[in-house]
Amino acid sequence: MRRLPFILKKEFIQIFRNKAMLPIIFVVPIIQLLILVNAADFEIKNILIDISDADKSAESRSLISRFEQSPYFTVSHLGENYASNIERLDKWESDAILTIPKNFSSDLKLNMRTKLRLDVDGIDGQKANITYFYVANIVQGVYLEILKKAPKSALLKIPKPIDIKPRYWYNPELEYKNLMVPGLLAVLVTMVGMFLSSMNIVREKEIGTIEQLNVTPITKAEFIIGKLFPFWLISMFELAFGLFIGKLIFDIPIIGSLILLFSFTAVYLLVMQGLGLLISTFTQTQQQAMFISWFFLVIFILMGGLFTPIENMPLWAQKITWFNPVSYFIEVLRLVLLKGSGFQDIAKYFGIVGFMAILVNAIAMFNYKKRAA
Amino acid sequence: MRGHVLRAFIKKEFLHIFRDYRTLIVLFGMPIIQVILFGYAITTELRGIKIGVWDMSRDQKSIQLINNVTSSGFFTKVHEVSSSSQVESSFQKGDVKAFLVFPADFESRFQRGDGSIQIISDASDPNTANIVTNQLSSIIQRWAQEEGGMPTQKIGIETEVRMHYNPEMKSVFLFVPGVITIILMLVSAMLTSIAIAKEKEMGNMEILLVSPLKSTTVVIGKIIPYLVLSLFNAAIILSIGYIVFGVPIKGNMFLLFFECLLFIMVSLSLGVLISTKVESQQMALMLSLFALMMPTILLSGFIFPISSMPWPLQWISHVMPPKYFIIIIKSIMLKGVGISVVWKETMVLLIMALVFIGLSVKNYKSRLQ
Repeated sequence: MRRLPFILKKEFIQIFRNKAMLPIIFVVPIIQLLILVNAADFEIKNILIDISDADKSAESRSLISRFEQSPYFTVSHLGENYASNIERLDKWESDAILTIPKNFSSDLKLNMRTKLRLDVDGIDGQKANITYFYVANIVQGVYLEILKKAPKSALLKIPKPIDIKPRYWYNPELEYKNLMVPGLLAVLVTMVGMFLSSMNIVREKEIGTIEQLNVTPITKAEFIIGKLFPFWLISMFELAFGLFIGKLIFDIPIIGSLILLFSFTAVYLLVMQGLGLLISTFTQTQQQAMFISWFFLVIFILMGGLFTPIENMPLWAQKITWFNPVSYFIEVLRLVLLKGSGFQDIAKYFGIVGFMAILVNAIAMFNYKKRAA
Repeated sequence: MRGHVLRAFIKKEFLHIFRDYRTLIVLFGMPIIQVILFGYAITTELRGIKIGVWDMSRDQKSIQLINNVTSSGFFTKVHEVSSSSQVESSFQKGDVKAFLVFPADFESRFQRGDGSIQIISDASDPNTANIVTNQLSSIIQRWAQEEGGMPTQKIGIETEVRMHYNPEMKSVFLFVPGVITIILMLVSAMLTSIAIAKEKEMGNMEILLVSPLKSTTVVIGKIIPYLVLSLFNAAIILSIGYIVFGVPIKGNMFLLFFECLLFIMVSLSLGVLISTKVESQQMALMLSLFALMMPTILLSGFIFPISSMPWPLQWISHVMPPKYFIIIIKSIMLKGVGISVVWKETMVLLIMALVFIGLSVKNYKSRLQ
């Protein structure tokens, strides 16, 4: 192990010799963090709603003015030609079209049921759903207002709704960035850890220098540690740097213990680097290594529970996520940073990820030895 | 003579590609697995959300309401607690998403018209917290109306809603176009950038440069095989979307084919442009990954609607090729409209392709001098 410091020194020199590598490792991810955190927001705003009012009564006008005052909607007014209105959905000119029929207010006065028509672009099911939810809320509000003005006798007894008090723990303002900063950091750290590790080893194979290394007295373990440790360190540093930026600029909460978080990350990175190492043992070129890493990463990331909750997935897909190290990392980041969970809460995840680390690295080492022999 | 040379060069490139069966497996296996996996797994539809209950009243009404909530299929009750610290500890373990809290005299207060319930949600995932709270509230209110003897919907304003293009509001309608876009973009751009960077790294580029091949022949020869592969990929993904998930292709197939071709051209030329700027495969990979992967996923309108983003980001999204392609492909596949609707987006992609190709040729030439 006397040789290890020299091998590490060589690896670090090689990494930092490439002037373009530094900005890519440090600057690009941070810029991404700054930009993308703002992009990842499920709150639906600026819904383009078109209203076609055939009734033109006080009631319909009060309905329209509520839409105009709502922060969620941008209203445009349309004529009464339903067919040509609907075409606006085809052209992406509007997200929803509300049609107020001619007898809207007269039906209301007669205490009858009156109908509004809402045509929604349903391609984005979630946005469509929320649009409908907002519209229904506004319509209900108008109706209750009309009821209040009407004489009591004319009305049937309306049961009072239950008073529901929502409490949003750990994030009372529902700030999406509190989740996205740690989440995106997880993704970035994972990418650096897995990709660079696998490519770094395959590169020696591809340019043939691995043969030279094989005939030196360097042992396999020294070689692998020498290849992996620099990126392990860089990834850890990247997480620290990213958290610092997140705290500084986005003021994300850091409630739990950072020592706990970094110890978990240290183990987690071993899994991802082990996967990178494993990939490097059965690929010959950087292109192959990169493609295979990319294949797994996209699955890991999109099924990691960051963008869509794992609970929404069908059961078989949830079972697949048991094997997804990224989902554990994202979960732990969220638990420790936002909820202040302690070691006992996340001991389960420590166990799983620790087991994965041992397993993956054992397989990779075994595979590696066989190849070289 | 030139056509002959080009053909030979393309043949060489194809041989290079087919020789490397590992990359080929990934190249074709990946889109298939990803579309199927994501078609099923990535969904924003709520189901089976785990909730807990803190029922201080334990009377008939609260039990009835809890049954009502769990029988909806959206929620399963996994926990029953009796103190605030238990709520805290089960959130910290990450077991449940929300708690329903009933006050001690729920039934009698409800009958007086003064019922109240607290919904405590774990907002460390704010989006889920929001959806869960809304969904729980609407189930509770509907129950309250029925219990209170509301003559359901005899009078009042009914909003008759029609969801166009996707009546069942399936997430997969949104994700199939998105996954096609991501895969085409990344496969095309990453593949070409790395293929060319490889020639550079191995030193073969110098050999190509001193050969009688024209620079355009080299660039075209590098692009065409990947163009063919990417088109194959697009066809596979579209078929899976149609066969497995019933995502329709309402519009003109030829137009769709042409637009895919155009978008692949944009991605490939972007890949060539990246490759002219880098010296090693590692660099090419990092650039195409960090500069393309996350922005493609997040800024293209694939998962998050662009219209909800702050304006500087909406601005950035204007220069993202995938954004235009996603609009085009959704229009043709799901809305069934033609070029009269998507001509603007098509023009943008065309211009992007020309700019990228122009820049690549310029960069490539400057290398020669």
